[in-house]
Amino acid sequence: MNNKDLLNLIDITVSFEGFLALNKLNLNLKKGELRAVIGPNGAGKTTFLDVITGKVKPNRGEVIFKGKSLVGRKEHKIARLGVGRKFQSPRIFENLTVKENLEISVTTPKSPLNLINKSIKDEQLNEIDRLMKIVNLSQKVDSKAGSLSHGQKQWLEIAMLVGQKPDLMLVDEPVAGLTDEETDLTADLLKSLSGENTVVVIDHDMEFIRRLDSNVSVLNQGTVLCEGTMETIQKDKKVIDVYLGRPED
Amino acid sequence: MSLTKIKFDKKIVLSFWIILIALIIAAPTLLPVFRLNLLGRYLSLSIVALGVDLIWGYTGLLSLGQGIFFALGGYCAAMYLQITSSSEFPNNIPEFFALYGVEKLPFFWEPFRSPVFTFFAIWIIPALVAGLIGFLVFRNRIKGVYFSILTQASLLVFFNFFNGQQKLINGTNGLKTDVTQLFGQMVGSESMQRIFFWITAILVIAAWFFAKWVVKGRFGNILIGIRDDEPRVRFTGYNPVIFKTIIFSIAGGLAGISGALYTVQSGIVSPQFMTVPFSIEMVIWVAVGGRGTLLGAILGAVFINYAKSLVSEALPASWMFIQGGLFILVVTALPEGVLGWIQGDGPRNLLQRFGLKRKIETYPSLEVNNKEGNHE
Repeated sequence: MNNKDLLNLIDITVSFEGFLALNKLNLNLKKGELRAVIGPNGAGKTTFLDVITGKVKPNRGEVIFKGKSLVGRKEHKIARLGVGRKFQSPRIFENLTVKENLEISVTTPKSPLNLINKSIKDEQLNEIDRLMKIVNLSQKVDSKAGSLSHGQKQWLEIAMLVGQKPDLMLVDEPVAGLTDEETDLTADLLKSLSGENTVVVIDHDMEFIRRLDSNVSVLNQGTVLCEGTMETIQKDKKVIDVYLGRPED
Repeated sequence: MSLTKIKFDKKIVLSFWIILIALIIAAPTLLPVFRLNLLGRYLSLSIVALGVDLIWGYTGLLSLGQGIFFALGGYCAAMYLQITSSSEFPNNIPEFFALYGVEKLPFFWEPFRSPVFTFFAIWIIPALVAGLIGFLVFRNRIKGVYFSILTQASLLVFFNFFNGQQKLINGTNGLKTDVTQLFGQMVGSESMQRIFFWITAILVIAAWFFAKWVVKGRFGNILIGIRDDEPRVRFTGYNPVIFKTIIFSIAGGLAGISGALYTVQSGIVSPQFMTVPFSIEMVIWVAVGGRGTLLGAILGAVFINYAKSLVSEALPASWMFIQGGLFILVVTALPEGVLGWIQGDGPRNLLQRFGLKRKIETYPSLEVNNKEGNHE
């Protein structure tokens, strides 16, 4: 652990009725880093996000974010500390419009009194406009989010994530169900977000991960099997055995 | 089904309000006393229905215990009326105490000598009780059907308590208000009832505007967010417990006002206000009128109750079947309720089915659909 790190996971163990979802997992993230996390089904990728965001409390181990322990904190408190999450399938508010969805994400402070008393600040409206331009939803401002296409929903959720201005973005399978073209654009978007933000991307899609051009952590049976660049990973014998099967040509 | 609101012309809205206000002013001369009293009672029930719509229609909390807060408001009003009209009775305390040999007024009656205290107690006490119950339940993340069961169980607890406390609040007999005095007039008198009718009509409109204000904008959007996907709201940095407690407390306060108005117009408050079927009926009014529409809650409460009294006069004992049928009809055919159906595409779809209206020619999703590919 050093003080350049934004996030340290130390010996995290999570057991669901005896099944070890995470087993002494250690992982460190530097500020501004883009990190891809891959692993076969059941490797603990989603549980890993659940632990950071407070949805699952680890049986053992420590999560240190910006020098503070996250274990035992409520989800909304962790979110306010600067951890944002995008879910596997798009989780947007379908009965609200695109703009209302983004309002929910950019609003600060997130207290009932602020929401009921004051109208939204101009700078937050500008931020919403900027976000809608980035994800190309400007013409859908007042459409119900439920009427968007799958790809647009994914992008709206990414925009909501960015609007929250988190220091750490956890992105779970952002390109599931997207076209190749959309996948490439999403990769570029995530790359452009890193640097200023720290981004963790979980995915299966090897082409997409390669395009991210980042460090990769391979998870297997609840623990980190191997870390490194895509090239290193692909040559690693353990990884080939459990995940890749054979080197791709 | 979309919930897009119909946009009305300003003139139509204005004339609607003028007609409505004229009707409210003229109602006491147009309707016989008996009917006016019924209308006033049903209008007061629409306020508790507004609360149900806020917590159920908007926030997804199906409470089967709104009768608690309704009855609390009613008891607050009745206690004030009883105690200020008890000067001729032994020990200067309400008459019923003598039946049980009580000579000293129970301590919690004392503050109800004050009209100011009572005015606030009617809505603040139910709101506080709702807030407390709500906070404990929501903090433990009790949701969905467990929440409904818990509210119903609380209702039964309150019912049994009030039903059994003869020495405190006259138990199962309840507190009568019609023979009490308010500002030197008999509460049950015709002139007082006319005033109560007007107060009720004004408060229904006020409660409606208040509810509209609550659900307007980002606060209301968070409520809808909690209804549709609570964990997502939490991961965005909002604490749903606070929002749910606030809205449940607001609904409790509205129920209290509703109960007080209902009590003074029906002449009595009793533990019957806390029976299970009555609280379920409140939910039915909102379901039939239209969840998440506010106006639907008001119309549902007034029309169903008026229908109930008309049907019961003509065909006694048949009302339960009609009410059950209505509920089944709404659940199976009109899940958005009558108003939700009208505001959605309901009428057009119906006319199309009978060939009375042409289908819309443009396929809705064919509108200019910018491909994400054009980005940058």
